[in-house]
This record gives sequence, structure tokens and C-alpha cells, in this order.
Amino acid sequence: MRRDPLIPMIGVVSHIRVDTPDVKTFRVIGLDGKKPFEHIPGQCAMLSVPGVGEALFSITSSPTEEAYLEFSIKKCGCVTDWLHAMTPGQQVTIRGPYGNGFPVDTEFAGKDLLFVAGGIGLAPLHSVINYCRHYRDRYGRIDIVYGARSKEDLVDYEEILNEWLSEDGINVHLTIDREQPDWDGHVGFVPNYVKELSPDTGMTVVMCGPPVMIKFTLGGLMELGFPRDGIYTTLELRMKCALGKCGRCNIGSKYVCKDGPVFRFDQLDELPDEY
Amino acid sequence: MKQIALNRLDELFAAISARQTLLIPQQLENGDAEFRPWSAEAKLYTGLKTSRSAKDAFFPQVENLVGFKVSEQGIELMDTRDEVQPFTLFGVRGCDARSFDILDRVFLAEPVDTFYADRRAAATVVTLACNRPETTCFCQSFGIDPSRPAGDVTCWMDAENLYWQPNTDKGRALTEALSLLEEGEEARAKRVEEDIQAVLKRLPLKDLSLDHVGAGKTKALFDRPEWAELSEACLGCGACTFVCPTCQCYDIEEFKSGGSVRRFRCWDSCMYSDFTLMSAGQPRPTQTERFRQRFMHKLVYYPDNQDGLFSCVGCGRCLVKCPIHMNIVKVINALKEGTA
Repeated sequence: MRRDPLIPMIGVVSHIRVDTPDVKTFRVIGLDGKKPFEHIPGQCAMLSVPGVGEALFSITSSPTEEAYLEFSIKKCGCVTDWLHAMTPGQQVTIRGPYGNGFPVDTEFAGKDLLFVAGGIGLAPLHSVINYCRHYRDRYGRIDIVYGARSKEDLVDYEEILNEWLSEDGINVHLTIDREQPDWDGHVGFVPNYVKELSPDTGMTVVMCGPPVMIKFTLGGLMELGFPRDGIYTTLELRMKCALGKCGRCNIGSKYVCKDGPVFRFDQLDELPDEY
Repeated sequence: MKQIALNRLDELFAAISARQTLLIPQQLENGDAEFRPWSAEAKLYTGLKTSRSAKDAFFPQVENLVGFKVSEQGIELMDTRDEVQPFTLFGVRGCDARSFDILDRVFLAEPVDTFYADRRAAATVVTLACNRPETTCFCQSFGIDPSRPAGDVTCWMDAENLYWQPNTDKGRALTEALSLLEEGEEARAKRVEEDIQAVLKRLPLKDLSLDHVGAGKTKALFDRPEWAELSEACLGCGACTFVCPTCQCYDIEEFKSGGSVRRFRCWDSCMYSDFTLMSAGQPRPTQTERFRQRFMHKLVYYPDNQDGLFSCVGCGRCLVKCPIHMNIVKVINALKEGTA
């Protein structure tokens, strides 16, 4: 068959992990059993269930994972409902990778990194965090502030407990919105927690989460004296092609699918407030 | 230059058609003129413009992308791509000819859209100078010369002859295959060109000012109060986008029947409320944002990304078709008045 960027390849969902009541992580391999394609942390892919639809998802696994791609997906619409009902061994279609990704080998190199995530917002950062853990000596201090509504809503909780928390040089700060019996950690919203922790303003910040978390965390970081060109985030808008042609994911002159999804806040300041 | 008598046009069309599919503007039963395949009964529409633009030839309203056979065993891809044969598109006006350049910059940019690219490669575009530009025409504002339109071949028509000037290798190849073309009288084609130039100087929209729009104008125009008033009566019907030669936004949808799924793309419109709707929210919640997007895209965003080129060709179709008589000229003028 003649190829086209819009024609996907077949992928096999080889493994499904239940993360939270509404988040599952899907491992996808090609029909040949190998990783479908290489990517940069922060890039996305189009997954589809033929007959249901196609949607864009952030690639959650690190590029250093050689055998597969993983996607942590929250159940919130037609395609995601269908994905959540799948069993291992079933097939999907996949195309990508799309977008710019995080500048892990350039602007991040040698920097102290502060990751701030809320809820499913950890998904796109998971890829970067594990990439930085793999090449640990290329980066300085790594701090992670991650919050969710409850302990059950923390995505990747097992991995955080068993791997991230026990690693030297990585400081993980977890928080949940409200007290609950089996939780002895921090309680409170992410923006306040970040301010309480009072991180060094020389750190490069990578942030992803619900808009309200982004807004207030950004405000707090400004108060602490962080420069806007040192703070990165990743955006999502509705997409059909992911190639910069279907015309719907633009913010002013920039297309989230190809100019993003990763933007620095000084770059977003130049764009209209329409996202 | 070549020429052929107008009473021999059918012979010319028959000769082209013998070689490859020929599309010419024809009047349909409902009164609309559209590009349709030539047949012995077909008559060349002599009016200025087709109702829909010529973009359909390269970017059809609906097009199959790929099929899927879905079963217990899994998913199988099915090739549903239409085979593209060489064709000639005759009678394209200068405005629509420019629209192909504008669409090329989107569809032929990496990664290349092969569906569009195949049709572009297969086409020989024969343009026709506009003898009678209309009061809704403003292509000259965008530097388009309707008296000498770009194309693989440029044609002029007077009361007696069609004058034929090949411009490209494709145009020369077509010309060489048409032995019925006679040696052309350049002076007569030139006279047609000059007559058109004279009409252009009298068109009501000839002085449309574009200095206040274009690349780099997002900050100056995005938050202007005029958007709310201009968009107030917009019905969100999308007629403007469907007749527009440069509107290129598309949707990808699926049609399911039995065990197979046909994935197709079809034209979409930024004027529609579900265009940007997500489960996580809606960045353009009212018609004002959607209306602003359409005009900002043509007048600012596209120029930002394409060396200042506007994504409007001044064909005037939206001026004629909008049910509430809103259009890009009114938008440009309103933004001009509000510019101190």
C-alpha cells in the first residue's frame, strides 16, 4: 500500500496496567513485536480504534525503554472509553511521533530540574523524568512535586514508591488534596506545596496538569522570582491530523501539533490567550 | 502563442479529452456553475466564476484515506486510495490559480500530503483571463493579475478566438499534443489584456487597504472590540469556508459497515462550534472566537507562517454567499477604521 502520513500502522496492546480508578497505562508494540517508532520525551502519537475514532496521546514511556511505547490514558471520551474496555492482545492503530518534545539534550542539559505535575498531568512528564533518571549524570538536582485528588488518583504510584523515592539525587514530594486514613504524607494543593518548598529559582521547571493548577503554580513561581523562560509546559488542543494541516490546534500562528506541544511561558506570552 | 477560433472550442476540448480527463466550468441544472468533466454535450460556462472554487480538483470535499477490516483476529489495513489519472483543468481564473499556491504551502509542506500531491502532479492547469471582473472582485489587492493569470497555460478570449500561451513544461507538453492550435496573434491577446486592465481600474473594491493586517499583527488585532460586533449576526453556517478557495481545514471521520471501516477526510469549518471542542474544554467557546479565528488565520496567522502571503485571493465568493452579508472585506475595513 502507498504510504501517507495519515495512514497508521497496526499496533498490539501487549499489556494494560490499572493506575487509578480512571487511568490505565497501555503498552503498545508493532505487529513485529518491536517498539513502533523512536521518540523524544514529550512527543505524542495518534492512537485509534477503527470504527470508534482516533485521538492524540502523550507518550508516557521514556525513549530509553527499548521494547515498547506506553500511554497513560484517562477515561474521558469515546476513544478512551473504548481503550479502557480493551484486553491485552487486542489491536489498535498508531501513527507518530508528533510534536517538538522537551529539549532534554539541549536546554535541560546540566540543569537542576523541578517537575511539577497534577493528576494525569504526570503522563507527559513521566517520559522526561525516566529519561533524566536513565542519563542521571547529565542533569543536576531533580525535584518532583506531584499531587492528585487522593492517594488512589496518583498515577504511577507503584513506580514512584519503589523506584523514584529510593533513588539518590531525586527528591519526590507527593501531595493529595484532602486528608485520608492511609496517608501520612503532605496534604494540600500543588501550587501551595510548591511555594512551601521554596525551590531555588535557578531550577528549570517542567509543569503539566489541569489549567487551574498551572495558573496558580505559575503565579507562585513568579512570586518566588522564577524567570518565565525557565518554565516549560505541554499543551493539548483538539487535533485530527497532527501534521499542521487540518487547521484546528493553532494558538495564533503556532500549531500545538508541530510547533508544540512543549512551550516555554515566555513563548506562550507572545501568543493569544486562546488555549 | 497559439490560438483557435471560438467556434472550434469543442474540437479543442475533444482533442484534450482524447488525451486525458478534461474539467471545464459548466452550468448545472440548478443554475450553479462548477468544474465538471467535459463531454460532447458540455458547454463552456462563460460567466466569471464557478460557485465553488477550483480547489475541489485537488482537495475534494470527501476523500477516502484508508480502510480497516476489523475482526476477532485483529485489524487489517485496506487500500482505499482513489487512483489518480492525469487531467487538465481548463478555465481556472487568476484568483483560483493563486489559491493552489496557498494550498500547496500547507499540503506540500513536510510531511507531504500524498493524496493532494498526487492530484497536483497529475494536473495541467489552463487559466483564463477575466474579461469581465465583477464588483465583488478584489484579487488585485493581493497582487493577482486577472488579465494575465498564472498557470501551466494562460488563455485570453475575445469575440473570435481563444489565445493560448503555454508557460511551463506541462503546458508546453499539452500544447504540442494539440495540433489543431494555430499560430496566435499576440497583439490581439494583448488588447484583451489591456481591456481587462481598464476594467480593473474601475472596480469598487480596488483600493482595499491591507496595511493594517498581515504578518506580525496578532497583538494589534486579536483583542480588538470590533470582533464582537462583526460576529454578532454570524450563524456559524460555514458557507464562507465551503466556497472559499483557500480554506483547507479538514476533519477525519469514519464510516462503519459490517466488519469494515472506511476512514475518510472531509472539509471542515473553523466556524463550527465542535471544531475545537474537547472533553477537557473549549478554547473558542462563542461564535466571536470562531469568527475571529477564520479571519485572523487568513489575514495574520497564515501570513506569519508563509512569508507574508495572505490566505485570501479576493475571489469574492464569500461576499455573494454569506446569508447575513458579512465578509472579509467588511472585516478588513472595520479593523482599518478602528486602527488609530
